[in-house]
Parts: sequence; structure tokens; C-alpha cells
Amino acid sequence: MKKELITLNINGDDIEIAVHPWRTLNEVLRDQLHLTGTKLGCGTGDCGACTVLLDDQSVSSCLTLAIEAEGHKITTIEGLAPEAATENDLENLTLDPIQESFIAKGAIQCGFCTPGMIMSGKFLLDHTPNPNEAEIRAGLSGNLCRCTGYNKIVDAIADAAEKISPTK
Amino acid sequence: MSLPQFTFLAPTSLSEACALLEKHQGKIKIKAGGTDMIVRLSHRAVKPDFLMTLKKIPDLNEISYTPDKGLKIGALALLREVEISPLILEQAPMLARAAHATATVQIRNMGTVMGNVCNASPSADNIPSLVAMNAIIVASSGKKEREIPIDEFFLGPGRSALQANEIAVAIKVPKLAANSGVSYQKISARSKVDIAAVNIGALITLNEEGKCKAVRISMGAVGPTPLRASLAEEFLLNKKITDETLAEAGRLAAEDASPISDVRASREYRKLMVEVMTTRALKEAAGFASQRVVKCKSS
Ligand SMILES: Cc1cc2nc3c(=O)[nH]c(=O)nc-3n(C[C@H](O)[C@H](O)[C@H](O)COP(=O)(O)OP(=O)(O)OC[C@H]3O[C@@H](n4cnc5c(N)ncnc54)[C@H](O)[C@@H]3O)c2cc1C
Ligand code: FES
Ligand code: FES
Repeated sequence: MKKELITLNINGDDIEIAVHPWRTLNEVLRDQLHLTGTKLGCGTGDCGACTVLLDDQSVSSCLTLAIEAEGHKITTIEGLAPEAATENDLENLTLDPIQESFIAKGAIQCGFCTPGMIMSGKFLLDHTPNPNEAEIRAGLSGNLCRCTGYNKIVDAIADAAEKISPTK
Repeated sequence: MSLPQFTFLAPTSLSEACALLEKHQGKIKIKAGGTDMIVRLSHRAVKPDFLMTLKKIPDLNEISYTPDKGLKIGALALLREVEISPLILEQAPMLARAAHATATVQIRNMGTVMGNVCNASPSADNIPSLVAMNAIIVASSGKKEREIPIDEFFLGPGRSALQANEIAVAIKVPKLAANSGVSYQKISARSKVDIAAVNIGALITLNEEGKCKAVRISMGAVGPTPLRASLAEEFLLNKKITDETLAEAGRLAAEDASPISDVRASREYRKLMVEVMTTRALKEAAGFASQRVVKCKSS
């Protein structure tokens, strides 16, 4: 069956690409565009590993048709800190404050859940700049982690919130 | 797993969409947010030749309120939008609570309240409070609109009263009568992220003496469709709201429930929880209703 030529706006760039209509955004990001920061876990909306932002709203890329993402602004983990894309220039690498906090607080173990966690953290902090612990846990409730036991991830989001919107 | 192949249709008007439903009858599926439909496709539970999105049809996402007509929730209003809508929080806060209790943040950013209703799962989070509030589903065939009372909408698990050529375009929620209150209660294993093991919606209207003038109770996940707790409703009518009458109503609701045992809960546990949650829902609803009684008297 025929592919359709669509334009996806990913991390600020317009990318023209031919996709089958049954391809998910996750498949197109990972398999066609090799943006493999976004993970595929369950493929059925349960784990949050595939979370990206669509017009600044967190969504599961595994349940989003790529063809329906046309005309929307897509942000993946690679787009959170644009500088980080230049892997060869580690000296000048700058990260998003949420990414820095994940490193500082030891919130990453195997790292598989991390991109999704960070995108959910980003959506949370965009709407609730100073969340309490319950709000952080609720904000991350669509993301599973098999390693950390969550506490350090919650710490990392609280740390990032304080950096982005200081309360004192 | 990759999705099965389909031809994608994105009509830009209702009449075009309904014509496509008519033309491809039996071979076409509708998607709104897709959080149920894409999962079903991926599991090969359905293999349509055509998948039609509603997303390009304009004006289907509106949430509006007028004092005479009540609330209207458009078919494409997202769970998240209903959860935070100031109009809904003011006019029908239990609908916001039910939307909030549905799924995860990401799924609420994608899925619609109408999708939850049309999916017709007996455990759907947004159905019990809509049934309690006597909502109406507006269906369109592109040419004609008809209004389906929500009590007549669910025919079985996954089966609704929509015709093959119809699209549900809006949910109408009548304005609450004076001295009324609503509650939505849910219990599930993995806090609210999980599908409900039991969920209850209740609406109570009190008369001047604080007696029950009208009551509607909807029980989810305890039968093939959301069930009304008729025994409890009949018992409560004209009774004074006390801990004893509410406890008895809970017991009668459990009698009307016909749950099965599955991965989420056993039949026995569900029956017990129907009793507890019904009493709890009625108590909260009656509390809201009596606040309004007080307010009405003092103003
Ligand atoms: C991880 C996960 C967790 C979930 N948790 C919950 C939960 O806790 N509680 C809960 O109740 N649900 C839950 N769901 C189910 C689902 O998210 C909801 O039912 C959601 O509201 C569906 O809306 P949608 O717009 O995505 O529907 P879609 O998938 O687009 O459609 C659902 C069904 O309704 C039909 N349909 C949709 N809109 C219309 C219309 N306007 N006219 C006619 N037919 C229509 C479709 O053809 C399809 O059969 C969960 C799903 C996932 C993936
Ligand atoms: S891979 Fe999308 S939610 Fe798990
Ligand atoms: S760090 Fe391994 S899954 Fe979260």
C-alpha cells in the first residue's frame, strides 16, 4: 500500500517523510528517523517509556499515528536540550534542568524509563511549577520504572522544580 | 507490535464522515483519541480495512453551558480538558473527578470522554456519573440528529445503541435540580491509574425536609453494562437520609449487582465493594445536596 508524504515538525525542524498510515509516531521516530531516545516499552499505553510532547502535551507515541502528528509540534527527549545533539562537543553540552537533576539525584539506573520520565516531568513542571510530592507522584503515574523504586526520580523532579521556579 | 494495515480516512465534515461509515459498513472503524482503538488494533482484536479519524471535523471539541440547556460536551473534548474545564468544575465537578480518575496523564491528554462512553466498557470511569446525571448522547447520521438517553445507550460490553452510520457528536448533561448533589466513587488495584474493579455514580435530590425526592445510582464493572441500582433507589425514595438508610441502600445495591470474578477482583469482593462504595457515594451526594438546601434557604 502507498506511503503518504507528510511533514513532521520535530524538535523545531520540519522533516518531510513518507509514512504508511498505520505507522505509529514511535515507529517513525525510532525506525525511520533514528531518534531512538524515545523508547518503546509496552506498545499499549501502559508504561510511558514512549512519552513525547505533542503541542506541549505529553502523549504516548506508541498510540499516536504518525500521520496524525502532522501539523503539530513534536518534542522528543533529543529536543529538550538542543545542544546535546552535538555529541562530539561534550565540553559545551548543556542539558535541560530536569536532565541535570536526574543525573545529580541518581535517578537513572538502566535508563530505559528515563526519557519518558523526563518528558512527563517536563509536562508536569510546565503546568505545576512548584508541585508537592503527591503532585509529582501523580504527574509520573503514567510512567513505570523497574529499577529505581521511584524515590530518586521524585527527588529529581523536586530538585528541577526548585531550579526552574525557585520558591525561596 | 506494529498495527495491521488499513486505509486512513480523515473527513472534514460530519456529513462526509457519516457517508464514509455508510459506504464502508462492516469494514470501517472510528477513532477519536485512539487510546482504546489503537490498542485493539495492535492486539488484532479488530482488523478494519478503513480507520476513520474524527479529529479533522471542526467544532466537535467544544464544552459549553447554558442555564436552560445545561452542559454540552463535544465528542472530541479530551479527558484532560474535561478534568480542568472551569465550566465543568463549576457545573458538574463529578464529571471532572471522573475524567481525572481515568487512566494516566498521557492517556488523558489523548483520549476523549465520548470515546470512553462509546467504547461501552462496563468499567468505564466516565459512565456512572453521566448515568447518575441522566445524560443524553446526541448521535448524528450526517443528515439527522437524535438524542439517546444514556439509560438506553449501552447494549452490552463494547456495544452501544449507535447505528452503523452514526457518530456520537455530543453529551448533554441536564442542569442539576435544586437541592441535588452528585458523587463518583471508584476502587481499583493500582490506585486510580488502573481500570475500576467497581465504580459508582450517584445523584440525590432532597426535598425541603431533607428527605430523598429523587435518586439515581449507576454501578460499573458489576454487569455486562453499567447497571442501575433499582432496589436501592426505590428504597431511598421519600426516606430521610441517615447512616442507617444509606447503609441499607448500599446493601440493596449489592443485591442488584451481578459481578463476575476476573483478574481485577473476585465476585465476592466486588459485591462487598458495591455496598461500601454505594453508601459512600450516596453520603457524599446527600452532603452536597444538603449544602445546597441550606444555601437555598439562607439566600
Ligand atoms: C494505559 C491505558 C489506561 C486506561 N485506563 C483507563 C481507566 O482507568 N478508566 C477507563 O475508563 N478507561 C481507561 N482506558 C481506556 C481509554 O483510555 C478510555 O476509554 C478513553 O476515554 C477512550 O477515548 P478515545 O478518544 O481514546 O477513544 P477511541 O479509542 O478513539 O475510541 C473508543 C471507541 O469508541 C468509538 N468512538 C469514539 N468516539 C466516537 C464517536 N464520537 N462516535 C462514535 N463512536 C466513537 C471508537 O470507534 C472506539 O470503538 C485506558 C486506556 C489505556 C491505553
Ligand atoms: S510503549 Fe507507549 S506506553 Fe509503553
Ligand atoms: S531506570 Fe531502569 S526502568 Fe527506570
